[in-house]
Amino acid sequence: MTPYLPLIWALLIAVAVFAYVVLDGFDLGVGILFPAVRGHDEHNVMVNAVAPVWDGNETWLVLGGGGLFAVFPLAYAILLPALYMPLTIMLLALTFRGVAFEMRFRARHDREQRRWDRSFVGGSYVATFCQGVALGAFVQGVKVSGRAYGGGWWDWLTPFSLMTGVGLVCGYGLLGACWLIWKTEGELQRRVRHLAGGLAWATLAFIGAVSLAMIVLSPAFRARWLTLPTALEVAVVPIMLLGLTVLFFSALRRGREIAPFLCALGFFLLTYVGLGLSVWPMMVPPSITIQAAAAPPASQAFLLWGASVLIPVVLIYTGYVYWLFRGKVKIGVGYH
Amino acid sequence: MAGLHLPSALDLARSQFAFVVVWHFLYPAFTIGLASFLAVLEGCWLATKRAVFLDTFQYWLRIFAVVFAMGVVSGVVMSYQFGTNWSVFSDKVGPVIGPFLGYEVLTAFFLEAGFLGVMLFGLKRVGPKLHFMATCLVAVGTLISTFWILAANSWMQTPAGFVITADGRFFPTSWMKALFNPSFPYRYMHTIVAAYLTTAMVVGGVGAFHLLKDKANPRARLMFSMAMWMAAILGPVQIGLGDLHGVNSYHYQPQKVAAMEGQFETEQGARSLIFGWPDANAGVTRFALGIPKLASLYLTHDPNAVVKGLKAFPRDTWPTNIPLVFFAFRTMVGLGILIVLLGWTSLFLRWRGRLYDSRLFQRFAVAMGPAGFVAVTAGWITTEAGRQPYTVYGLLRTADSVGPVAAPAVAASLLAFVVVYTAVFGSGMAFTAHLFSQTPGPHDPGPPTDQPVRTAGITAAPAVSGLQERSDDRSGARMLDPHP
Repeated sequence: MTPYLPLIWALLIAVAVFAYVVLDGFDLGVGILFPAVRGHDEHNVMVNAVAPVWDGNETWLVLGGGGLFAVFPLAYAILLPALYMPLTIMLLALTFRGVAFEMRFRARHDREQRRWDRSFVGGSYVATFCQGVALGAFVQGVKVSGRAYGGGWWDWLTPFSLMTGVGLVCGYGLLGACWLIWKTEGELQRRVRHLAGGLAWATLAFIGAVSLAMIVLSPAFRARWLTLPTALEVAVVPIMLLGLTVLFFSALRRGREIAPFLCALGFFLLTYVGLGLSVWPMMVPPSITIQAAAAPPASQAFLLWGASVLIPVVLIYTGYVYWLFRGKVKIGVGYH
Repeated sequence: MAGLHLPSALDLARSQFAFVVVWHFLYPAFTIGLASFLAVLEGCWLATKRAVFLDTFQYWLRIFAVVFAMGVVSGVVMSYQFGTNWSVFSDKVGPVIGPFLGYEVLTAFFLEAGFLGVMLFGLKRVGPKLHFMATCLVAVGTLISTFWILAANSWMQTPAGFVITADGRFFPTSWMKALFNPSFPYRYMHTIVAAYLTTAMVVGGVGAFHLLKDKANPRARLMFSMAMWMAAILGPVQIGLGDLHGVNSYHYQPQKVAAMEGQFETEQGARSLIFGWPDANAGVTRFALGIPKLASLYLTHDPNAVVKGLKAFPRDTWPTNIPLVFFAFRTMVGLGILIVLLGWTSLFLRWRGRLYDSRLFQRFAVAMGPAGFVAVTAGWITTEAGRQPYTVYGLLRTADSVGPVAAPAVAASLLAFVVVYTAVFGSGMAFTAHLFSQTPGPHDPGPPTDQPVRTAGITAAPAVSGLQERSDDRSGARMLDPHP
């Protein structure tokens, strides 16, 4: 059991981060789409479509951070200083946005509500962009000296990380649009359906560009993706992505309501798996492996006992809450 | 530039942690108690079906939603603070306290976040019984969360159940010993009761504020009465718990207690200072005014016992800011005594049948509204500044815990936190104050909404079933009409 603990935990942390990305992704995406949709009622419906669940969605971010601290403290201790600026700005943006959620409904006059709406939109864009930048900075590699981060406080800033930042804004926008296709109807649904098409093209273009950049910039990635026999094994990922693209656009054209969201989740999953295959078996590319970053087995085992019971329980009641709030969000009604 | 020195990354990182954690804790200090208060109100409503309970519940639910959101977002920041500025601490100590935080997320945060949505939006969807369960789960979640985070904090104060490896990392050997470390039971109880009293002060202050305007308002009477019962009962309990906590601290962290007492010399029958100015450089407390033998009495429960002063310990193990510890402790204790005074006066007035009539007493209760926040903050400053110069008491120095981030980066992020927190939480608090000033009414209609009249024809249900709703007002107010 003991030698597998770090691998089990790496998988669980990866799942938690993925859960965060797609769950908070769609509610950050709703903020990203805000300026592209006009109308007071429409804005209220958009926020109501995520209001009962955003808080739970964001908890996965805390699990990602807290979990890393618990079971891979070395990775936590190296990555957070390395990603100091983008993470700090992201947290501040989430602060703006989280408070705006509650406050925009309670605004005493229009001017105040517009101010909270701006804070909601700005927070969503900045938080998403920073997450994308952090992802890029992680993938491009982090300088380590001893058991600590060895680089400067601007190392994260490269054309590559800026590209992943913009790419994630498109990707979350796509998730948000697909979620709204599911949760809304009428004119608003038509509008977001239209937006979803454009955002999907943009997202796919960024996935392509980022993949290309990784192969061009890094010999290690090039070796994994372009040399036989590994290339044949990993080629499954881009092939499935192509198939999913066809499915997505046909679902969108045929007016399907749930399929586009599921396809968008598929885009994220495949891209995520692709990134995982690229950095494997590193916890902190390019030098700290999963095994090296792991906490002692006693710590990993202690939390695993709890997690193996609690994560299923969390999933069950989170699913229950989503089920409670199922169905279309109506204009002027909101949740009750 | 002679004489002027720039703050180091260590100073800045400490300032940043202090700033974000003080802001953060204001919210749980309030929501831990408020969640339990809401569960009691809803339970009373279910048991009695009296409208006053539901109306009061809805009044405080609106406030809870805003305060809880601020607690969540400031808490997300906290889970990253250990890594951004204190990464060496995280690497060394993560194997022991990291799993506590992991358990906090898994057992408490998901529970709170998941059922908060039901609590705020779900009464009509799930019905009163399941809704009450959601309220209780959120309340229990706050208590579980406190359990884990205080286990982690207490472990840093009185570490147990670990070994230190050759490279200076802390590895767990006994989870029971680490979790139930020597100061944990005291700190946990003291913090929970502090949170309940903080809520009681706010609820009592708001109730008194509205009683001053209309002493017949049944909702204001209910909240005021319940809050005063809390103050009368838990106020003395808290002083007793604080005393036990103090005895425990004196055993494990005598330097901290000596700083709290402003005591440099070891004394037999040590006095307790009401006022003074501890001067660490001179090693003496100036302008000291004290009560003989009192410190010996409450620290050892023997008035003639010897109490060690700071000079009994190496200079480099003294807390770094002794006046801060000294005055923070006095602020906490002073406010604690005022809370007991408030609670006991309420008992007397209740006995005389004048609880809702005495305007002077109600003004006192209004003035005490923020007392809990100040006392809780002062208490945390006492224990955290008193833990210095260590992060893990006696074993890992704060100076050896800080990460490699350069001072300008820490300064920039500190500045950003100050600006953003002041703007966001400042307006959040101003808005909370506005909610406090709203008179708690029957059928509490909630705040003004975008659409005064709901679009006709979407659902006919409200008119038929007597369920009242407001268009997109998210507060509990529209969840269910208690007067069908």
